[in-house]
Amino acid sequence: MGLSAVTVLGVDRPGVIAAVTGSLADCGANIQDSTMTLLGGHIAMMLLVSGELDSAELTQRLRMPDLVVTASAIKASRHFCEEGGGLGYVLTVHGPDRPGIISAVSAVLAADGGNITGMSTRLTGRLYVLIADVELPKQVDVAALMRRLAAVGAGLDSDITFRPVEPDLL
Amino acid sequence: MTGPGGTARELLRAPHPLLSAVAAPVDPAAPEVVTAAADLLATLRRVPVTAGLAAPQIGLSWRLIAFDARRHPRSRSWAGELVVANPRLARASHWDEGREGCASVPGLVADVRRATRITVHGHLPGTGEAVTIEADAIEARCIQHQLDHLDGLLFLDRVPGALSLHRRLHTCDA
Repeated sequence: MGLSAVTVLGVDRPGVIAAVTGSLADCGANIQDSTMTLLGGHIAMMLLVSGELDSAELTQRLRMPDLVVTASAIKASRHFCEEGGGLGYVLTVHGPDRPGIISAVSAVLAADGGNITGMSTRLTGRLYVLIADVELPKQVDVAALMRRLAAVGAGLDSDITFRPVEPDLL
Repeated sequence: MTGPGGTARELLRAPHPLLSAVAAPVDPAAPEVVTAAADLLATLRRVPVTAGLAAPQIGLSWRLIAFDARRHPRSRSWAGELVVANPRLARASHWDEGREGCASVPGLVADVRRATRITVHGHLPGTGEAVTIEADAIEARCIQHQLDHLDGLLFLDRVPGALSLHRRLHTCDA
C-alpha cells in the first residue's frame, strides 16, 4: 500500500470537497492527513492518501473540469505521526506589505536550525500578517534568536513576536 | 464621567505606528482627557459590531479605553457603557480560547486565549473617581483586548498557532 501526496486547486464552490473525497473513497484511497483553505477565493487542498492505486491512476480518477489535481508518490518521513524533539514556538509578523518578508524571517530561523511546521499569511488592505509554528532545536539561544528576529522586523517596518506555544491541556 | 457630545474620530488601521506604541498614562481630570474620553465613546457608538475601543485606535497614545459589552450578543457581565482611564489588570483567571477581531484590523479574526474572569482597576475621566470592574466572558475578553492596545499589542500578537488565523468571511447568526 503506497502513499501519495494529492493537491487540489480550483475556484471555490459548494461541493468541491465532497466531490474530491467521494472520488477518493470510490477508489479505496484512505485520507491520512489533509489540510484545506481558501487562497484568494480559490480552494487549495493537500492530502496524504494511502491505497492500492498509484499516483497516475489517482490523478486520472480525480480529474474534474474545474480543478487542477496532482498526485505524487511519497515516502512517509520521520516526522509522520511522531512528536518532534524540539521546542515549539509561535512567530507573529505584522506590518506593511512588501516583497521578501517570509524569506527574510525564515532565513533567520533556518540559520539556527528552526523548522517552520505550519504557516499562514494573510493580506488585508496594507497589512500583511504572518503566523508560523516553529520548532527549534533545544540548544538554540532563544534570546539571541529573538534579537535577530527583532532586527529583521525593524528593517521591514514590522512588529514581530516570538513566544513559546501554550502548554497542551491534556 | 465623560461629558456628552464627543466627536467621533477616524479609526486608525494597522499597520500604523501608534498601534504598536505603548500609550502614556493620563490625568483623568485634565480637560483634554475628558474631551478625548467623550470622543472615544462617540467613536465607539459609531462603529458597528465593536464592543470596545482604545485611545490609540483614534490616534491618541493615551491610556484610555471605552467599552460596552451589551453591543455583543453573547455578553454576560455588563459594567455599562464606560470609559476608563489608566486601566490595569489586577486579577485574571479561567482562561479560554475565543475568536476575536479588531476594528483596526478589518478582514481578519483569530482564536485567542484570554482570561474569562478579570478584575480591572482604573479611574473615571472627569471626576477621577477610582473604579473597579469585575468582568467575565465577552466583557472580560473585550477589556483585555483594549488593554493590549495600550501596550502596543494587537490580537495578532497573541494568536496561538498558524491555523488560528482566519479571514473574516461571514458573520455569526447570534
